[in-house]
Amino acid sequence: MLEVAKTLDASGLACPMPVVRTRQAIDQIGSGEVLEVISTDRGSLQDIPAWAAATGHALIATDEQDGTYRFRIQKG
Amino acid sequence: MGDPNNDAQGMTIVCWSGEIDKVWPQFILATTGAAYGMDVTMFCTFWGLFTLKRPEVKVTGDNWMTKMLGMMNNQRLSHLNFAGAGPAMMRSIAAKHKVAPPEELLETARELGVKLAPCQMTMDLMGLSREDLIDGIEEPLGAAAAMSAMQRSQINLFI
Repeated sequence: MLEVAKTLDASGLACPMPVVRTRQAIDQIGSGEVLEVISTDRGSLQDIPAWAAATGHALIATDEQDGTYRFRIQKG
Repeated sequence: MGDPNNDAQGMTIVCWSGEIDKVWPQFILATTGAAYGMDVTMFCTFWGLFTLKRPEVKVTGDNWMTKMLGMMNNQRLSHLNFAGAGPAMMRSIAAKHKVAPPEELLETARELGVKLAPCQMTMDLMGLSREDLIDGIEEPLGAAAAMSAMQRSQINLFI
């Protein structure tokens, strides 16, 4: 399991902020490092994978628990 | 800027409306485009220019038409209508759903390097100078410069 270099808590934020803040957070880590994003926006389930695919980052894990979504993204 | 997969991609939004229900998607799509690593330009023309006007600046005009334009639009975003329901209601619902207000999205857009370009011709029509507009924006453009931005863009929207 890859270590998480940075965690972004985007809980309570609505579209487009989870993706926007994810972009700002991933700019702060190095290539190959892992960003963890926590969101409560259901749209994130589609948005984060779409954004990661389009921007060359790898979504390595997605987890959903009681309306909270956790994503692990490895920077490309 | 610049992601491995979409280097040099561009997005231009012609922001024509100043109504809150249009300003919202203008900024939502602009900030999302920037999050995608795109070079985003918002060309603010006609009513869309009011988004870039300093709130305290009034459009006074020097003839009946510009005076009327001023009367119609000498207002902050919060005074604009949303399908007759009123912007206050729209904002209240949005706040309940934790949707960021346009002012916060504008700030985020600037943080992300979104280019906010005022339309020179609209500025002339409304009698606005560069000093009447907010800081941190581009130099005023005309239709040709906007066209060049659109030619460089894969995504072009008129909102």
